[in-house]
Amino acid sequence: MKILIKNGHIIDPSQGIDGIGDILIEDGKIIELRVKSSESGVKDNSKLIPNKSGQNSNPPLPPFVKGGRGGIIDASGLYIMPGLIDMHTHLREPGYEYKETIKTGTTAAVKGGFTTVCAMPNTNPVNDNSSVTDFIIRKAIQEGACTVYPIGAITKGQKGEELAEMGIMYSEGCVAFSDDGKPVMSSLIMRRALEYVRTFNVPIISHCEDINLSEGGVMNEGLLSLTLGLKGIPSEAEEIMIGRDIALAKLANGRLHIAHVSTEGSVRIIRDAKERGIDVTAETCPHYFSITEKTVEGYNTNAKVNPPLRTKKDADAIKQGLKDGTIDVIATDHAPHHRDEKLKEFDQSPSGISGLETALSLSLRLVHEGVLTMPQLVEKMAVNPAKILGLNKGALKIGSDSDIVLIDANKEFKVEAERFVSKGKNTPFDGWILKGMPVMTICKGKVYE
Amino acid sequence: MKLSSKDLLGIKELTKDEITLILDTASGFKDVLKRDIKKVPALRGKTAVNLFFEPSTRTRTSFELAEKRLSLDVLNLSVTTSSVVKGESLIDTALNVQALGADFMVIRHSSSGAPHLISKHIDATVINGGDGINEHPTQALLDAFTIKEKIGRIEGLKIAIVGDILHSRVAKSNIYLLTKFGAEVRLIGPPTLVPQELEELGVKVFHDMDSGLDGANAVMVLRIQMERQGKGFFPSTLEYSKNWGLTSERFRRADKDAIVMHPGPMNRGVEVASDVADGPRSVILEQVTNGLAVRMAVMYLLAGVRE
Repeated sequence: MKILIKNGHIIDPSQGIDGIGDILIEDGKIIELRVKSSESGVKDNSKLIPNKSGQNSNPPLPPFVKGGRGGIIDASGLYIMPGLIDMHTHLREPGYEYKETIKTGTTAAVKGGFTTVCAMPNTNPVNDNSSVTDFIIRKAIQEGACTVYPIGAITKGQKGEELAEMGIMYSEGCVAFSDDGKPVMSSLIMRRALEYVRTFNVPIISHCEDINLSEGGVMNEGLLSLTLGLKGIPSEAEEIMIGRDIALAKLANGRLHIAHVSTEGSVRIIRDAKERGIDVTAETCPHYFSITEKTVEGYNTNAKVNPPLRTKKDADAIKQGLKDGTIDVIATDHAPHHRDEKLKEFDQSPSGISGLETALSLSLRLVHEGVLTMPQLVEKMAVNPAKILGLNKGALKIGSDSDIVLIDANKEFKVEAERFVSKGKNTPFDGWILKGMPVMTICKGKVYE
Repeated sequence: MKLSSKDLLGIKELTKDEITLILDTASGFKDVLKRDIKKVPALRGKTAVNLFFEPSTRTRTSFELAEKRLSLDVLNLSVTTSSVVKGESLIDTALNVQALGADFMVIRHSSSGAPHLISKHIDATVINGGDGINEHPTQALLDAFTIKEKIGRIEGLKIAIVGDILHSRVAKSNIYLLTKFGAEVRLIGPPTLVPQELEELGVKVFHDMDSGLDGANAVMVLRIQMERQGKGFFPSTLEYSKNWGLTSERFRRADKDAIVMHPGPMNRGVEVASDVADGPRSVILEQVTNGLAVRMAVMYLLAGVRE
């Protein structure tokens, strides 16, 4: 089956493509890509992306046979991008199927423009052994709307005590290791983990939180936490651990990826580490640059997330970190919860935001605001995650999987949590009017509109 | 004038005029309480449920008696007998209480914001009887009533609050109320228990007791919870007492007509010395009496919001 996507604005920073063109797909693979004109009107602020116009001298497309089982998609006015990759997703299966399943989570992903998600290991049982890894992979092949790569636990039961069998999980298909949700509090175990995974050249993804310092905290620490009577988590609880992990990454010469960066100080520490040549990458999530702790007012449990929402100063610093390349990735930290769990006392309700279906639109605000260019956005949401995790994805290369998303950058819509396909309706963005959304996702050979 | 909200969730949500209305109304009820027959038929036929998820004797009995004085039918539901232990959610518990016909729900809960959550889901009037480390509005109202009764005004007074400000809902509600009325509020205690950020609310933070007490017109002493020692807030109650306990010697730093207040229950010899607590400047027991009048006024006025 052939599909021709015509006249869209193709953006693929991995090949330096930024112009109007066509893509031809056959049997789930990209077989032709032609850029007709490089978009001179598009301002490219990115120093990272060399302008390779002229290098894409692909041969002209063969005459496209109309009819048959294929089709022509007119992408005029739309962006054509590599399918997005979320390197931080909680699919909840196995064990918490009432919150989300691999099927519902990946369907939400596809709706949000993602063609690949990486499943965090805090399931029940924890993905700390190859049989759980194997279960997730098989289930995702059978039921998943998009590609799923599991992330294995660093330690058995995410207890931070003994290393899990990372090598075996790696051979089963885990692409990174993390005790996400819980930090590895022992510096010794963290050092060993960073050393050990060098064998497989995969990153350790660190949830940075000093749980002694954050004890009992449920929101950002500051005047607002005092006046709401909620226990605060200081920024330093995150920054101390980022500092520690960067020091350990240097000591161990291992690959460190910092999850969900939320503070100004964290951005500064990571920027400094990168300048010193330490092998560290970092992600943030849309909620950390879109909203602040003020969203918690009124004891809004949908704004309860860990790390907590911070201040405007932090959000501004995160935008700057994204702009200057300190933060490599925008991930969702999609953390669906059941309605009943969020209808609780603030301190009793679980942390997390259902993020897959709003992440792209919230990130497009950065493009509209001029913080990122469109190619930079694609880097943060597709190219860099693929690079960090060593995935052969995130690019519209000839012969690669046809993981493609079509985006209407100007279409306005209202976020309606009740219409999420994710089981998790827990979003602080319900009712927001956002500009820009995915209109079509092509993934695993299927077209989702 | 009427109150604007059907609920009393906190002092934060009240205007200065609303607070004045409550205090003036309480004055009338205080006169009632001095009569031989202390009961008025104001809210006869209505039902109040005291929903206490946290142990409390003082506040619950005060509410219960205030309700009875207003001729309300009263039901006390405490956590040990409730279905919360069976895993019922807070909202379900509140909905069940409402289904029984409650017009008023007085909520005491260890989670900040619990009354706010309930108020979003039920129509009955919700009164915050103390939530977590957020607010205890009726305590601040009765404290203000007492200050006004004893000194005649709040504006311009130097009022010291001593102790565990961080974990005190009483202190928080008092800070909001007293600053609204233009008092100079001084918070005194160790830096572990008195966050500097509170100065953004227009109060002064002191870690040295003597300088904080200097010239104060009223001193509110807060209960020090024994479980805070050993958690790193202070090394021992002995050391706390030596630095921040209100002794008669220290109390001399305050204004000569200063009053001493305490929301109770007291740890005698820890945060306050007995000779001060029992001395001529102590209004601690009057606070208890005034609590009744203030709670009657709150319920009476909230009932009026619906009319």
